[in-house]
Amino acid sequence: MARVVVDVMLKPEILDPQGQAVANALPRLGISDVSSVRIGRRIEIEFTGAADPERVREIADKLLANPVIEDFTIQEVAEEAVPAGEPS
Amino acid sequence: MSARVGVVTFPGSLDDGDAARAVRVSGGEAVRLWHGDRDLHGVDAVVLPGGFSYGDYLRTGAIARFAPVMESIVDGARAGLPVLGICNGFQILCEAHLLPGALTRNSHLHFRNRDQWLRVHASNTAWTNSFETDQEILVPLKSGEGRYVADQATLDELAANGRIVATYLRGNPNGSERDIAGVTNEAGNVVGLMPHPEHAIEALTGPSLDGLGFFTSILKHLAGASA
Repeated sequence: MARVVVDVMLKPEILDPQGQAVANALPRLGISDVSSVRIGRRIEIEFTGAADPERVREIADKLLANPVIEDFTIQEVAEEAVPAGEPS
Repeated sequence: MSARVGVVTFPGSLDDGDAARAVRVSGGEAVRLWHGDRDLHGVDAVVLPGGFSYGDYLRTGAIARFAPVMESIVDGARAGLPVLGICNGFQILCEAHLLPGALTRNSHLHFRNRDQWLRVHASNTAWTNSFETDQEILVPLKSGEGRYVADQATLDELAANGRIVATYLRGNPNGSERDIAGVTNEAGNVVGLMPHPEHAIEALTGPSLDGLGFFTSILKHLAGASA
């Protein structure tokens, strides 16, 4: 069983109004030294067997990301890795 | 025999009923098409209506693009089948790569719902031949992800080749590049439009009757094609 994480981010030249809205809210937390916030998406995929890198690429390129406006990175994570969000 | 214009219903489509009505009011025969059915039932043209297909999950239009009906529509469009995508339909056409660019979150993050003035530039497409070049029209706009983006080379190419179908007038409502409200493909059979002409076909409910032009255009185009 393989676990793959795909991170999708807007390309640097694409405006991210959501990120801007978050950045604009930070001063209300007393944080004034942030110059930029950009928001992306993390997608975790579990395969029943081994993950074929070519197929993962195809999934990311054809469905998970829109290459017109987004870039993606793929990483295979070890099976025994602690899932994000769970206390270690 | 009147022209048969298909209107697709995806899970989450909202404006399929109005689009079908606009076809009928214009004198065409509206044929309802279902997202899960590959068969286009012999229609002469297709409208992809507005709404929130598949809940807009992942990205607007990203999942609708893979609906069975879209396989037939993509093949048909590449062979010349006229296709009009309105709002969510425009988003689907971009995701399906039938039109260049993409539609992203409005720059101010607010949903915009208002009657919008447009200038129709490309009056030579299958869906705009009833308009005069540079005609100003008023149709409703209602979208949260209507900001058209593409790289500069693509925008230049669209502008140079008369493929910008319509631009926003009297204020850009969403931050679209070059005020773009609609574009067409190279052949002029596929048009994507962010505002809603199907809501501007009757005095009782619309701000104008300007939207009718898109539907009378396709009937005129099809009559010409069969003559």
